[in-house]
Amino acid sequence: MTHALQPGAGSPAAAGARLARSVPLPGGKIVLEPDEISRVLTRIAHEILERTNGGADVVLLGIPTRGVPLARRLAAKLTQVEGRPAPAGSLDITMYRDDLRLRPARRLGHTSVPASGIDGKTVVLVDDVLYSGRTVRAALDALSDIGRPRAVQLAVLVDRGHRELPIRADYVGKNLPTSQRELVQVLLAETDGQDAVIVGPGGSRAGGQDSTGQPGQPGEASR
Amino acid sequence: MKRHLISAADLSRDDALLILDTAEELAQVADRPIRKLPTLRGRTVVNLFYEDSTRTRISFEAAAKRLSADVINFSAKGSSVAKGESLKDTALTLEAMGADAVVIRHPASGAPRRLANWVRGSVVNAGDGTHEHPTQALLDAFTMRRRLGRLEGLRVTIVGDVLHSRVARSNVLLLRTLGADVTLVAPPTLLPVAVSTWPCEVSYDLSGTLPKSDVVMMLRVQAERMTAAYFPTVREYSRRYGLDAGRMALLPDHAIVMHPGPMNRGVEIAAEVADSSRSTIVEQVANGVSVRMAVLYLLLSGAGSALDEIGLGAAPAETQIAGVTAR
Amino acid sequence: MSSTTQRNAGQTWLIRGARPAGGPSADLLLSDGRIAEVGSGLSAPAGAQVLDATGLIALPGLVDLHTHLREPGREDAETVETGTRAAALGGYTAVHAMANTDPVADTAGVVEQIWRLGREAGLCDVRPVGAVTVGLGGAQLAELGAMADSAARVRVFSDDGRCVSDAALMRRALEYVKAFDGVIAQHAQEPRLTDGAQMNEGEMSGLLGLSGWPAVAEEAIIARDCLLTAHVGSALHICHVSTAGSVEIIRWAKAKGWRVTAEVTPHHLLLTDDLAASYDPVFKVNPPLRTRADVEALRAALADGTIDCVATDHAPHPVEDKETEWQVAAFGMTGLETALRVVHAAMVETGLLDWAGVADRMSVRPAAIGQLNGGTEARGSDGPGGAAPLHGRALEPGAPASLVLYDAAARSTIDPAQQASRSRNTPFAGLELPGQVVATFLRGAPTVLDGKLAR
Repeated sequence: MTHALQPGAGSPAAAGARLARSVPLPGGKIVLEPDEISRVLTRIAHEILERTNGGADVVLLGIPTRGVPLARRLAAKLTQVEGRPAPAGSLDITMYRDDLRLRPARRLGHTSVPASGIDGKTVVLVDDVLYSGRTVRAALDALSDIGRPRAVQLAVLVDRGHRELPIRADYVGKNLPTSQRELVQVLLAETDGQDAVIVGPGGSRAGGQDSTGQPGQPGEASR
Repeated sequence: MKRHLISAADLSRDDALLILDTAEELAQVADRPIRKLPTLRGRTVVNLFYEDSTRTRISFEAAAKRLSADVINFSAKGSSVAKGESLKDTALTLEAMGADAVVIRHPASGAPRRLANWVRGSVVNAGDGTHEHPTQALLDAFTMRRRLGRLEGLRVTIVGDVLHSRVARSNVLLLRTLGADVTLVAPPTLLPVAVSTWPCEVSYDLSGTLPKSDVVMMLRVQAERMTAAYFPTVREYSRRYGLDAGRMALLPDHAIVMHPGPMNRGVEIAAEVADSSRSTIVEQVANGVSVRMAVLYLLLSGAGSALDEIGLGAAPAETQIAGVTAR
Repeated sequence: MSSTTQRNAGQTWLIRGARPAGGPSADLLLSDGRIAEVGSGLSAPAGAQVLDATGLIALPGLVDLHTHLREPGREDAETVETGTRAAALGGYTAVHAMANTDPVADTAGVVEQIWRLGREAGLCDVRPVGAVTVGLGGAQLAELGAMADSAARVRVFSDDGRCVSDAALMRRALEYVKAFDGVIAQHAQEPRLTDGAQMNEGEMSGLLGLSGWPAVAEEAIIARDCLLTAHVGSALHICHVSTAGSVEIIRWAKAKGWRVTAEVTPHHLLLTDDLAASYDPVFKVNPPLRTRADVEALRAALADGTIDCVATDHAPHPVEDKETEWQVAAFGMTGLETALRVVHAAMVETGLLDWAGVADRMSVRPAAIGQLNGGTEARGSDGPGGAAPLHGRALEPGAPASLVLYDAAARSTIDPAQQASRSRNTPFAGLELPGQVVATFLRGAPTVLDGKLAR
């Protein structure tokens, strides 16, 4: 057949989460170094254990993209402390976003709920940045279609303020007041080859535009 | 923006993999207590079926409803002499109703292409005459990948009435795009005259091809489409080109048997083959819903289609006709 | 001839500075329906109208051997009136109207009706073609003799639309017309090989899922009929040749000295089957558009004379028969108004044919085949002085003043809404083509002036 077989533009497709690796924001300032990141994650892990009766019935669900490696790290730390494996997975919220029609259809992230499920469990949602709160709202809707947790909590590495919905985090790595004209970039070894939280100059959250809070990642959810 | 899915040739490799990966994610919905996603809430999907096909229509309907879209079923069993004026008038009616997508199955090759000229929404080809059936090819590829773990370099043998099969056409195109190697097996009368220009091999010998196949796809021998003399008797066809238990034993251990349905048990496929563990016929149905959910999601959920911009269905480009430039 | 024409026939015209058959400039004086004088610096007699034709090509009025005027029966698609308007605008002064009307033109009565309608419209001579078989049924010969003797003086017989596929019947038809110097024009299509066929059988049809119309279905019939014609010593004309293989067979038959003539349509000189990819039925035609190789072979054959002439196969269809799915759409394309321009693009601009050649292929030879050039025609009382209407004669003193003036330097885009045909199914819509017919004269009276109908 003589139809041209198009090689196609855009990033190569993949089963699972193969991501565009991010480079550090030009003109940005590092506000969290790798060792600081490690320390805050350790602190969060202990806080989770405190507030959930020693981590009983806790399921960590990371929100793609970078919430997923963070959830895994937290799970590892919980396991380390408690000596018992903490279930971790991922929860993609693309289908539940409230801003789908603003851009062409988005590639889905991977959802993987641990075999033990979420019914009756304490689900701790894990994400890198908390911003408008819309992502978390979507995650709550997604969870309710999957099952009925006993409680849902939220752990984030960075809270940069500017909430648009009545959402708050239970566990915060670092509070980072920012201007809406700034961009907050989280880099993780698993996805970007290094750990860093960077604040830099960037686009504003104009009306109708998706506020990613992160540069160069068109598929990222608004926080 | 590529608004429509009319031919498997419309899909680049990236497009096809995007659809399969998306379908992989959406397949999980079937196992949940609440088999619904809110994504296409407020969108209207019209099923425009001019041919009898409960199975495909239900598949598209389930896919649309699982994404919370509104579904309108238009079943117009046209006779073979029904004029296309009804197609155009129908298109204008659908426009007035604000259909975001029209899923069309029609006995005339090219009907979806024509429809795309008359509606603003997305047109999804659910089978047009003897031309194409792209979502079938997608669900077939999805099934192969799930069962065998890959598509690149996979050896796929398609057996039967290729000449009249829209499933065969779409599969040859899509599998080639995805890097599989396709062999067509049929009596010479059931192969198109120019099949040597297709990106696949051709053989008249089914038994010889089976040991080298990872996938065997049996096509239904379509008695209703043939006028005469494509083969002497059903018995001879079955003997030479049917997949019975004896032939199935020639397949490598891992090989799977597929069929787009509906089957003529005893003609192109023996009952025990259809019911064997190699057979993917039942899971193809479930996979069809996931794949169609993926297609509808990618075409409708965003501000525009997620598929490569090829410009189909848009204004005609400059064409060169024998040295005379057209506008 | 209509009374208007008779009145106008009295008007003398001086055409200044035209280029007959593309040659050097000359003036042409038209008087009493004939070309009175050809020369340079002619002076206008008293009362003469002067037409400045500087740089315009002058050709003898074009003659179409193959047109469908649809009347009687399908006046929603075209009438003799609207069809001859289109013909005049295309530079035609004579058209042969095919017999697949409703009722079929298989009796003296129907052919005379069509002939009369043509005279009343007065825009272009209409020569009815008689059906070969009753009702185009392919079973029984129609009263060919009665049609030949009728006022319409039919000489060309064709079942066009259908093939005379029965070999025995074709033989009888070829034999029978010898009695009155008739010619059978065959639409070559073996029905058993083209059952349900939609487009050329080839790579494209396989991709598009459309049933194929193989070249052999045309070639096999042509070969058979050439042999039959030779065997019974008759004359054969082959309609709308469309394949390279057909060209080879015709070349072979002519080399044998057999009386075989052939025509090609303008669209087969320009368009190929990959246009079907849009599934737009404006490109659906019988015989179908073929491949690039076929187009090249047809052009070469027209250039070397193996194919004698261009014939439009003008086939108008109403919107509801064309704006449909491919399968149910009617076959056919309009062509009268665009023919000369398409031939200009396909043959003159490519250097294959000069204007003298165009005059030969579009006027002289078709007139000879249709017996309109006064060759064997002795009876009839159509023109002034009782002589038979003449077409296809070189632009010389004494020749009938039926000619077309053509601006080869013009260029424009084809717009079906602007065409005079009642139907809009032209495959050239949106295409830019060279040339423009500026004026058409029928026996000394203008039917088209300044690119528009003169009456």
